[in-house]
Amino acid sequence: MSEKSEVSTPTVENLSKESVSILFAGDSGDGMQLTGNQFAATSAEFGHDLNTFPNFPSEIRAPVGTIAGVSGFQMQFGSTSIYTPGDLFDVLVAMNAAALKSKLHILKRGGMIIANADSFDEKNLRLAGYPEGVNPLEDGSLSNYELIKVDVIRLTRAALADSGMPQKTIDRSKNMFVLGLLYWLYNLPIETTIRELKVKFKNKAGVAEANEKVIKAGYYYGETCQMFNGRYTIKPAKMKTGVYRHITGNAASAMGLTAAATKAGLQLFLGSYPITPASEILQELAKQKHFGVKTFQAEDEIGAVCSCVGAAYGGALAATNTSGPGLSLKSEGLGLAVILEIPMVIINVQRGGPSTGLPTKPEQSDLFISMFGRHGDAPVPVIAARSATDCFDTAYESARIAIETMSPVICLTDGYLALSSEPWLIPNPDNLAEIKVEFAKPRKPGDEPFMPYQRDENLARPWSIPGTAGIQHRIGGLEKDNLTGNVSHDPANHELMTKLRAEKVEKLAERLPLQTIDNGPEKGKLLVLGWGSTYGAIKLAVAEALAEGYDVAHAHLRYLNPFPRNLGEILHNYEQVLIPENNYGQLVHLIRDKYLLPAKQLNKVQGLPFKAAEIKEKIVELLKAEA
Amino acid sequence: MTEALKSNEIEQGKLKASDYASDQEPRWCPGCGDYSVLKQIHTVLAELGHKREDTAFISGIGCSSRLPYYMDTYGIHGIHGRATAIAEGLKIARPDINVWIATGDGDALAIGLNHFLQLLRRNLNVNVILLNNEIYGLTKGQFSPTSRVGQKTVTTPMGTIEYPVNAMAISLGAGATFVARTIDRSPAQIRDIMLRADRHRGASLIEVYQNCPIFNDGAFSIFTEKSTKTDSTVILEQDKPLIFGENNNKGVKLDGTKPIVVDLENDNVSANDLWIHDETDYVKASILARLFEMPSGEMNLPRPFGIFYAEDRFTYEDALDAQIKEAQAKQKADLYELFKGATTWEIK
Ligand SMILES: Cc1ncc(C[n+]2csc(CCOP(=O)(O)OP(=O)(O)O)c2C)c(N)n1
Ligand code: SF4
Repeated sequence: MSEKSEVSTPTVENLSKESVSILFAGDSGDGMQLTGNQFAATSAEFGHDLNTFPNFPSEIRAPVGTIAGVSGFQMQFGSTSIYTPGDLFDVLVAMNAAALKSKLHILKRGGMIIANADSFDEKNLRLAGYPEGVNPLEDGSLSNYELIKVDVIRLTRAALADSGMPQKTIDRSKNMFVLGLLYWLYNLPIETTIRELKVKFKNKAGVAEANEKVIKAGYYYGETCQMFNGRYTIKPAKMKTGVYRHITGNAASAMGLTAAATKAGLQLFLGSYPITPASEILQELAKQKHFGVKTFQAEDEIGAVCSCVGAAYGGALAATNTSGPGLSLKSEGLGLAVILEIPMVIINVQRGGPSTGLPTKPEQSDLFISMFGRHGDAPVPVIAARSATDCFDTAYESARIAIETMSPVICLTDGYLALSSEPWLIPNPDNLAEIKVEFAKPRKPGDEPFMPYQRDENLARPWSIPGTAGIQHRIGGLEKDNLTGNVSHDPANHELMTKLRAEKVEKLAERLPLQTIDNGPEKGKLLVLGWGSTYGAIKLAVAEALAEGYDVAHAHLRYLNPFPRNLGEILHNYEQVLIPENNYGQLVHLIRDKYLLPAKQLNKVQGLPFKAAEIKEKIVELLKAEA
Repeated sequence: MTEALKSNEIEQGKLKASDYASDQEPRWCPGCGDYSVLKQIHTVLAELGHKREDTAFISGIGCSSRLPYYMDTYGIHGIHGRATAIAEGLKIARPDINVWIATGDGDALAIGLNHFLQLLRRNLNVNVILLNNEIYGLTKGQFSPTSRVGQKTVTTPMGTIEYPVNAMAISLGAGATFVARTIDRSPAQIRDIMLRADRHRGASLIEVYQNCPIFNDGAFSIFTEKSTKTDSTVILEQDKPLIFGENNNKGVKLDGTKPIVVDLENDNVSANDLWIHDETDYVKASILARLFEMPSGEMNLPRPFGIFYAEDRFTYEDALDAQIKEAQAKQKADLYELFKGATTWEIK
């Protein structure tokens, strides 16, 4: 990719950087999500790798100007591979006093603050909780940072002075001024945003035009006002060639399901009940009616999962999406799906629990309920996504496994993956793994009687759907006689059926890929074993520790039930195993129990993803203690 | 007989009632009202001539919910209270399948009430047979939401203190488009109502008073015994006056919105002054549903049996299908286009 031409002024130094992390923070009404998304789109189109994470307040309309109302958009972009939105930020964009007050602690020492000085008036300072008479922009308390004060509101008003627009409308585009300023600062083109705004406001030409004016004003302000020490260029990253888009985890999950149904030649049925942070999957699929997707917003999660039982029995690819409290309600229905042995995908977007817990915050605390949260012996395959784009692959694979094993499959993502976005190298649909579906065939007089519980080589029973002549049969929650599927209370049969249902899931391991080491030596002192969304943070932590000479490796699990068949072997190749999780310790118990080794745990249960530094610190501690 | 053998007869189009029976022996208690209902279902299906492979019976849990096992159709014996939700998924995915739901008063009106009401409101084209025995049979005799005030059961040794659910009223309230009541001892009426329900495009609710001789014997005997039956029941027939009693000597008249019993022999009224049944009249159906107290009070109002209400309204699956067709006419289903979304960029 060719470098973009730049207009530089002689007074400003041209600097380069590998990566930058920015936190856009302001009041919920300040348009921080739009600003962040636009910056991300521009950076992505320029060729950077990046990772974003929106961070909203949990109240829909928190009081204006308060800390509770601060909405943030974190992102990191760079010329190297980017795995997280960043631990500490290089730049904090503070659109009001509350944003500065609540986010300053995650700004790097010496980092840059771009403050909307107009919103540091007496009222806003008071709402943010600064003591009477204190203004951090004026009292020298920020001397350890590069403080850039900009009168954003005044400048925006000036830019649109002759637009004839009402002041309230004008003020709403103040975020665009900051965006323009940042484009100048990072030497990025403004065209992407201008183009996208034209699409977004295609019915409101005036708004698009006004925003364009303000972006340009911000850009030129950067160029002429000489308040920055330098201007930075971040080269494009070396990424695989191809067509990319931005995608969030929830959108990717939804598409994974549609893709699987399309490839399998099945109708997609989603039975769902809205819950944060999973609702976007339902919303996304509701828009895909042209694929024949049927979304059913049930009265609750029990209705949702039961409708999936009916739809799957009817021969649809049935899926349901939810988060913790909803998964609890689906428990009994899932047990029914287990004993009926019908395929179903359950996408559980984990959030802080128990109960309503932290509805908008991510956690990895639903592993146990996924593994064990049904009465009776009721094992199901469980797999987990590691990044926003990986949600596509895991949803797709969940569907494939569900059909292949005639079993419900739980696909775990979380609130972080659901909302964060990454560039996605758009796959060619022709290259997606094949999903084979074979319904049981009709039978004629004289044919062998149909056996609904006769199993194939994967121990899966036939998918036998209504409308097929000659194979009518009844199935239900009562234990079934092996083969005929008739009700059976025979003790030995129950034990046999329990064993068959368990073996069916265990046997899946034979067909799953072997576990690989993501980074580091094949044998050594310490293995960091992760699952799910901790991928980025562990990846960075291990890379840094390796660079510093520590003997450490990283393996990341996608398959949690069953585990990859070589996992035990891998674990025993290291003297120590460390398992970081955003929960109070769940995978670590499964590993200790199954492989009988004293795995160590590192837990963070704050509704926040790990910082790479936190994991690295633990790695160093373990390896130092040993030395 | 194996199922495969029987399916040959479908092709030849000569199915008998017994062909709809599965090879499993019904296991209800002797004298259980469920038997006669099952028998009528077999008969009606043969009469309707629906293919067995295109028919599915979905149930929850309870004695009554064992019914699918005795049908040589497709079927799911589900979980307690969720038959309606399971059936919705099946019907939405497969509008071509004839879906019947077998449920009990506990299954549909206690644990599953929410799903039950939602199904009626959504108006999927399915038929719900609610076997109401005013008791929990399978779990051995606890009171149910339809048990009567004062009824002594194992969990209400001093009598229930809960006012019972009125299945007709609650279904009408939910926006059901077909609401009917019948009783296990009236096979002809069961048949007539089932035939109508099958023809009704939308959710049909058929409440069947069902005697449980083990835990609630005689709960409905006042409606079945010769000595009391005529004074305590009124049969609803379209465009016919509400007449009942021995020798048809009584009628129900509407005084404003208040139903009153009149004596056709002594009071100065003729059949023309009586309430004429109109199953398309929602307000009248609602009043009919309120004739629910036992005929012991001064009014001696009879309990109505028959079709209370029937209305034509679009079904859920038809409306969904129309939206899908509309979307498909507008936009091609192309996975790559879907993946791309609004904005893409290329790295060369
Ligand atoms: C989740 C759950 N709770 C409780 C039960 C126990 N249970 C089974 S059937 C039943 C009541 C059945 O009553 P009804 O629906 O009226 O059917 P009947 O047996 O009278 O035909 C109960 C409470 C259960 N199976 N599942
Ligand atoms: S307990 Fe009652 S409802 Fe259940 S089978 Fe026996 S008689 Fe019928």
